[in-house]
Amino acid sequence: MSTPKTRMSGADIFFECLKREGVEVIFGYPGGAVLKIYEKLYDIDWLNHVHVRHEQGATHAAEGYAKATGKVGCVLVTSGPGATNTVTGIADAYMDSVPIVVFTGQVPSHLIGNDAFQEADIVGITRPITKHNFLVRDINELAPTIKKAFYIASTGRPGPVVVDLPKDVILAETEFEYPEDVEIRGYKPKYKGHFNQIKKAADVISKAKRPLLYVGGGVIMSGGSKELTLLALENNLPVTMTLQGLGAFPGTDSHSLGMLGMHGTYWANQAVNNCDVIVSLGARFDDRVTGKIDTFAQKAYKIHVDIDPTAIDKNVVVDLPIVGDVKNVMAEIAAEITKKPKIDEWWNQINKWKEECPLYYEKDDGKLRTEYVFERLSEKTNGNAVIVTDVGQHQMWAAQYYKYTNPRSNLTSGGLGTMGFSLPASIGAWFGVKDRPVISISGDGGFQMNIQELITAKAYNVSVKFIIINNSFLGMVRQWQELFHQEKYSFTDLSISNPDFVKIGEALGIPSYSTDKPEDVDGLIDLVLAKTDGPSLVEFKVVKEDMVFPMVPSGASISDMMVKRLNPSRMT
Amino acid sequence: MKHTITVLVENKFGAFDRVATMFSGKGFNIHSISIGETEISEVSRMTIVTEGDDKIIDQVVKQLNRLIDTIKVIDLTGSYHIERELMLITVAYQKGSMEEIKNICDIFRGKIVDINNKTMMIEITGPPAKVDAAVNVLAPFGIKEMARSGTVALRRGEQVKASKKEYVLTN
Repeated sequence: MSTPKTRMSGADIFFECLKREGVEVIFGYPGGAVLKIYEKLYDIDWLNHVHVRHEQGATHAAEGYAKATGKVGCVLVTSGPGATNTVTGIADAYMDSVPIVVFTGQVPSHLIGNDAFQEADIVGITRPITKHNFLVRDINELAPTIKKAFYIASTGRPGPVVVDLPKDVILAETEFEYPEDVEIRGYKPKYKGHFNQIKKAADVISKAKRPLLYVGGGVIMSGGSKELTLLALENNLPVTMTLQGLGAFPGTDSHSLGMLGMHGTYWANQAVNNCDVIVSLGARFDDRVTGKIDTFAQKAYKIHVDIDPTAIDKNVVVDLPIVGDVKNVMAEIAAEITKKPKIDEWWNQINKWKEECPLYYEKDDGKLRTEYVFERLSEKTNGNAVIVTDVGQHQMWAAQYYKYTNPRSNLTSGGLGTMGFSLPASIGAWFGVKDRPVISISGDGGFQMNIQELITAKAYNVSVKFIIINNSFLGMVRQWQELFHQEKYSFTDLSISNPDFVKIGEALGIPSYSTDKPEDVDGLIDLVLAKTDGPSLVEFKVVKEDMVFPMVPSGASISDMMVKRLNPSRMT
Repeated sequence: MKHTITVLVENKFGAFDRVATMFSGKGFNIHSISIGETEISEVSRMTIVTEGDDKIIDQVVKQLNRLIDTIKVIDLTGSYHIERELMLITVAYQKGSMEEIKNICDIFRGKIVDINNKTMMIEITGPPAKVDAAVNVLAPFGIKEMARSGTVALRRGEQVKASKKEYVLTN
């Protein structure tokens, strides 16, 4: 059935397309090149436009929304600086495969290339950091392009798509027709894995003596948590997860070994070192996971399931690649396993490692530590809150101590490592999640990188709980300076320059609290969890000098893991 | 090892740039790159000569395939194919050397396409190695200017027939 044709302006077509795509919220900032769109938006009531305070915030918010819901996040900004401000968020989405569509205004077609006011070649700028991008040059291409943008962003390995809209295209008129499907001959994601390969994988797993599932963010994106849980539990398989994979499998289950890699658990990394079969599910053998590449899972037969063929053999050459949707492939592998592997001995070994070197932090000196905050948060929320972390030490501690029980609960900037991600991303997540608390956690450094979005949170009564882990330092950089850079704490000490975060919160009318006492933590968590009528802010002033352990130094083998401070005299 | 890769891309604004950006962004080598029309008006063919070990070439091919505007990628290396390059080269001549240059031009089945009283321009076509040889032989006379098209390549007929399905371009 074809839609009856009506004559519409580019701006009207733009909104009609968003409606057809089921967009319910868009994060944006108005400006000259998109004035016509904002003129139309004024009278639209079905779309929630969230007015951020900086365009970078809009892209991170869209990412937060997309990561929390699985839907495509949308951004609308003007040309030139509006567009260039989105770049970090787009790069972040590209690295973490987040489906967002960013609409940028552009100067009128006849001025493109003339150094016109607020002109930037955003299509050129974003080419290496988008899955694809478009410059709409003709009003008749507008609807098909938007359709393609959403399709490309959300299918296959998801990613960001930029659509650049020259002002004259927005003003022009044409007969509107929304294409019902998309056909791009150069883009055909493969969802079904090769059956013989799947059968072989099942066979290898059932014969394994020391198998290990290595789970990445792809499992969450594909919606495959149930299939993963089934595969692991039915066959008694140990599961270790990457930073982006956390939540794919319940962290509270005894089959979970927690995170692997640079700051992974001792037992997860030992399992990687000693396994005889490793099954990578929607993970990409990132350098933060593998450490020194030649020694990663050296003894193991490597199976790699990924929807993106480029991920296969990119970092680690594998024995059995399966290109396909990891959700489908996991279900098929599970169905093909006829004989469960006998691995009691392997489990004994893993449990021994677990006892040998558990996660540890100092508890008896009465000082407040980040690890304790996450332990309490995990307990108080039953591992079921949406935790939006920033980048650095607290991010790693969250990964170690927060026991995620559900997918789409752990929102963090993994690939790009963007400080300032958490604050805006949590706002975006909140617009998509209504049944669970959304908690933003930043360090004192990262919190200041997109601090302007606190205003957005207040303006829209966004009930995010903003937690600042304040150690008055850029903690992770400090840790590297202490360990590898002769203790030259170059520009990482923020103790003098940090603002009074409580006063900042209060200036915006946000209930704000601060403590440096462990005994206050429970009470404050309860207090902010109970707030449902707008944002709240808690500053936890924690010990300055703590370091995240275990740690595999950059480029070292996983077996060279440091489990505690090298020099006890530096203990504080 | 050098590989000659032929890529069919949508004949769209920016398609060439996407390929070039991918090569520079991933740190892959490009020896030569050429692009032109094909028998289908909305499709262009790029011929890329690149270098790398098997792992790198595997990634080059995959990354090319990953681009949305890329329709088909074929690594021609190791299969029967024809490679050609076109060169225009201007060399200096004196009275005594003119005949010699003409001889060289004949040996390479080149053509003299322009001449004045000091220099002549020669057009030479052939496999890249032949063009290299011509450059070497002409160098002693004094090369004033030179332009090379980069390699273009196609599979031999039999193989095209065998994989005709790849050429069915539906839209």
